[in-house]
Amino acid sequence: MAEAAYIFLENVVFSRSGRRVFDGLSLQIPRGKITAIMGPSGTGKTTLLRLIGGQLKPESGSVLVDGHDIPKLRRGALFQLRKKMGMLFQSGALFTDVSVYENVAFPLRVHTKLPEDMIRDIVLMKLEAVGLRGARDLMPAELSGGMTRRVALARSIVLDPELIMYDEPFAGQDPIAMGVVVKLIRQLNIAMGLTSVLVSHDVPESLNICHYACILSDGKVIGAGTPEQLREHSSDKVQQFLQGKPDGPVPFHYPAPERAVDFGLGAKQ
Amino acid sequence: MMDAIARLGKNTLDFLASFGRASQFLLGVLVGVPKPSVGLPLLLKQIYSVGVLSLVIVVVSGLFIGMVLGLQGYTILSDFGSESAIGQMIALTLVRELGPVVTALLFAGRAGSALTAEIGLMKATEQLSSMEMMGVDPLRRVIAPRLWAGFLSMPILAVVFSMVGILGGMLVGVEWLGVFEGSFWGNMQASVDFRDDVLNGVIKSVVFGFVCAWIAVYQGYDCVPTSAGISSATTKTVVYSSLAVLGLDFILTAVMFGNF
Repeated sequence: MAEAAYIFLENVVFSRSGRRVFDGLSLQIPRGKITAIMGPSGTGKTTLLRLIGGQLKPESGSVLVDGHDIPKLRRGALFQLRKKMGMLFQSGALFTDVSVYENVAFPLRVHTKLPEDMIRDIVLMKLEAVGLRGARDLMPAELSGGMTRRVALARSIVLDPELIMYDEPFAGQDPIAMGVVVKLIRQLNIAMGLTSVLVSHDVPESLNICHYACILSDGKVIGAGTPEQLREHSSDKVQQFLQGKPDGPVPFHYPAPERAVDFGLGAKQ
Repeated sequence: MMDAIARLGKNTLDFLASFGRASQFLLGVLVGVPKPSVGLPLLLKQIYSVGVLSLVIVVVSGLFIGMVLGLQGYTILSDFGSESAIGQMIALTLVRELGPVVTALLFAGRAGSALTAEIGLMKATEQLSSMEMMGVDPLRRVIAPRLWAGFLSMPILAVVFSMVGILGGMLVGVEWLGVFEGSFWGNMQASVDFRDDVLNGVIKSVVFGFVCAWIAVYQGYDCVPTSAGISSATTKTVVYSSLAVLGLDFILTAVMFGNF
């Protein structure tokens, strides 16, 4: 990875509810590129985004974003830095008591002193980009899951951030909307030089769009590089995940007692 | 036996940890007051939702409690031929005790539970997290206006409760049971002291308002973000607020009217 890293994680250790999620995770995310984070369910991909955003603190290790040591930042400085970050939540996380328009306008109203007509233009432009200009007066409860995420995407880019983190942006999108979102993520990266971190299970779409990708498993990075490098990766775990094979070193089943014990088969014999 | 002692120790430590978190949370809210240009519209909106919308239940409850006091007071006082003191009895009971305490209990049930559920749901649907990621501190934007709205609304609601209660007592005592109106109001005026009775009652309601609002917003903010977690937090708000109000009422009454 020749480019300068915008995000730099070094030996990050993080546990939740007594379970070790990251055990010495080290990772670099280059500036101005799209980096996909992939991995089986429960490997801590969303947790990784929350560590980068400073919503969670690691037990040890460092998380640097644009040179700022996130866990050591004071609350005020962290909130200042977050103005340069955008995050698309998996659930959309729209404010349910205001309309689509007000949701997208919210960061502009809080962080800028722009006149109302300019706010209106910006909001409509962002909604146009995600194909929902006509839905501006709808309430979040009236939107489908895919539409909710597209509104959330418009809101996360309304301040033109330097870094944007997408948590499962393709989930629940119909093929047309999926194409629009993919194109939008790519265009944002090209036009504005955004550093994009993309968490997704959608292997073909993610590898198609990203410059770099890394695959997490067991609290560590098991494979990283360009999509081509990953496709040629020698690790069985990486290949099993990329090809979606049920059998391999990554277990499909959550750790459980022997089947015979759970189903009482031993007692019947 | 050892298990019981260990459980007691664990429960005590959990309580102290929770109280510490709540105090830290309160400090964050009190320090992070938003700018007036931003905070005032948010505060007014919350005063409407927490205070104005609680008026109906407070007025209706105050009216009925005043009427019951009038009826019971007349029945007891007439045995001693002193039914003319009914105005004094109703006013002192309401202003010193029932006004602040019953309003606080109603407030905890109506506004406190709504605050907890609203904040808990915002947490469960990641609205608070998304606000944080937009560089907006939810303690300032969401929690502080709700805490201050509760704190400011409670004393006003308690005063309204007492006023309506006195009117209810008058309706029963004077209009229905025939107590002389002059002695009803005259005895009340002669015996209710502004500083000792009215002001102390208002101080009580200020304390209750602060405690109820603090418990409500903290339970919402600290809840487990699931439907069961929100339900449990809402129940805790009502139970803890009610117990805190009744316990504090005893302490405040002892300090204010104890004459030790």
